[in-house]
Amino acid sequence: MATLRHLLGGAATTGGQAQFLGRPWGAAALRVLAFVAVMAAVQLAFCAAGKAYCLTQLTMAIYYAVAVIGVALVMGCAGQVSLGHGAFFAVGGYTSALLTTCDLSAFQQAAWAAWLQSCRVLVVRPDLYGGQVMSVSPWAAFVAAMLLTLVVACVIGYPSLRLRGHYLAMATLGFGLIVHKIILGSALLGAADGITGVPAWRLGAGLALTGKAPDRVANYYLACGLVLLLLVVLGNLVRSRVGRALQAIHDRELAAAVMGVNTAVYKLKAFVFSALLAAMAGVFLTHYSGGIGPSEAGVLKSVRYVALAAAGGMANFWGVAAVSIVINYFSLRGWFGSYDQAVFGALLILIISLTPEGPLQPLGAWLRSLASRWFAKREAAHGPA
Amino acid sequence: MDHGSLALQYLLSGITKGSIYAVVAIGFNLIFNATGVLNFAQGEFVMLGGMLAVTLTHFVSLPVAVTGAVLAVTLVGCALELLFFRPLRRHSVLLMIVITIGLSIVIQEAALHLWDEKVRSLPYFTGNEVSSVKMLGAAISPQVLWVLGTVALAVVGLHVFLKFTLQGRAMRACSSNPEAAMLAGINTANMRTLSFGLSAGLGALAGCVISPITMTHYEMGAPLAIKGFAAAILGGLGNPMGAVVGGLLVGVLEAVAVSRLPAGYNDVAAFAVLLLVLFVRPHGLFGSLAAEQAREC
Repeated sequence: MATLRHLLGGAATTGGQAQFLGRPWGAAALRVLAFVAVMAAVQLAFCAAGKAYCLTQLTMAIYYAVAVIGVALVMGCAGQVSLGHGAFFAVGGYTSALLTTCDLSAFQQAAWAAWLQSCRVLVVRPDLYGGQVMSVSPWAAFVAAMLLTLVVACVIGYPSLRLRGHYLAMATLGFGLIVHKIILGSALLGAADGITGVPAWRLGAGLALTGKAPDRVANYYLACGLVLLLLVVLGNLVRSRVGRALQAIHDRELAAAVMGVNTAVYKLKAFVFSALLAAMAGVFLTHYSGGIGPSEAGVLKSVRYVALAAAGGMANFWGVAAVSIVINYFSLRGWFGSYDQAVFGALLILIISLTPEGPLQPLGAWLRSLASRWFAKREAAHGPA
Repeated sequence: MDHGSLALQYLLSGITKGSIYAVVAIGFNLIFNATGVLNFAQGEFVMLGGMLAVTLTHFVSLPVAVTGAVLAVTLVGCALELLFFRPLRRHSVLLMIVITIGLSIVIQEAALHLWDEKVRSLPYFTGNEVSSVKMLGAAISPQVLWVLGTVALAVVGLHVFLKFTLQGRAMRACSSNPEAAMLAGINTANMRTLSFGLSAGLGALAGCVISPITMTHYEMGAPLAIKGFAAAILGGLGNPMGAVVGGLLVGVLEAVAVSRLPAGYNDVAAFAVLLLVLFVRPHGLFGSLAAEQAREC
């Protein structure tokens, strides 16, 4: 441990705070290190135990965590419940699935098709049966999905976020139900069967977003990287001017408004951003699992996201990510069998009752007190460094 | 059947379903007024009421079974308050709402494992499946009259209770200003328990009378909670009598949608109208801004 501290740059303790390269160790840097270590350890453990197939469900759980973090942003920062994030997830996933699977070969000769092809918006790829299909490229489909979600989230969020109370919950609940029914009722979106056969998303550098076995480990790290990036960005956002404004809105909206914070605009931005996160999770997971079904838009999914966000500690995004990855992973692996829902409900009540700030909060506090005691003991033994 | 009586038939079926939504919405409001929490386990009380009554009919006569079920679910409601809401008073409202979601899931799963996934129902209170009463050219089942009568009685009874009895007035005092109520010597914690018990009992009663028509099933709670929540918001959160209008409106909208739109889209119409109403009248039809703000501070 002492060598590690030396390696990390002449660790000295000032006022009980560890130093990193001469600067105070940010809690963020510690968390990033811990996250990378845990994720790598899990991957190595699974592969060493010959259970690499478990990484597939873990990757899916990580993508779901992106959507849950989105919900946590609305709940923790804007202080409102969104019961429609399953629908945003589906809007993203279905847009991307529909655009990348629809066959536009019939228009191959048309001038616009050739132009779009030269812009790489349309791509020709071989299909399952060796034929040729022309469809929208995953990149363009991703952009389209994001744009559509942006518009929809603004339309839903603009009126409801100007109101106080539980109206966002109602509006998003209604929106989610409507999206679910529309998906079930329209043949274009595959009705109850959903859309399958979504192609892999070639991200470049030999990396492809797909659930195929050879790409399993790479995809696992891709998902981890995405969540890590998101957590770091959100961590910085919370400490920025925007984050402080959101915090003020959450604590006392009237006071924030008096201080000159445009509460409606900030709440709308947080809501739209979180909807985009859910849609992004939808796009990624759809490419990863090669399809999407109507249950993703169901109210149950949205409720699940809200529940996981609350259990993780809402504004504590690291806790939200951890809780959501762990619980969703066990659910996806089918650990609890037919008791899955019951266990989920019970865990939810238990976690929220015992640790309202999220389970990582007491864990972090315990580790911090342990570390400071350890440093204090060293100092007492060796004198100040 | 001519056009007018067909419309009447749809209207009546809408009002029947709507009256159940109204009861669920009243339950939402009672608990919201007392604690500021939206209790999403509200639909489960309806389910539990129906399930218990069906089981009890194997041993006792129907009226006793219904009474027993209502009393038992009232106790369940009180127990939930004592076990979860009283110890966790210091949690934020948002967290408590999520706890009610968890409770709803647990109660539903418990019902699945206690009973099973079969659909069951109480016998018709009078007559049977085919007997009907002619009214204005429409044929209605006597059970519909039972539902409407019971709900109407319950609503009037609740109104009288809240307006004229000491307990009811104490409850209203707690919702309008808990601190002042406490200073006046009202045990606000017990009033919260009472409001949980009341809304659970009302829900169970609704679950019993609707059981012969819509059947009782372990999964019926969640959709009811959603519709009841919609009705409560439409009528104006915090206004129990607004909830009655809200519930009936949601039911009738649904019935109109069933008659006009392709199957599967009935919820779409109801919720689209609800969203439109909310965007025009943000605090529901009979809600007031002040009532909301009083709760949020």
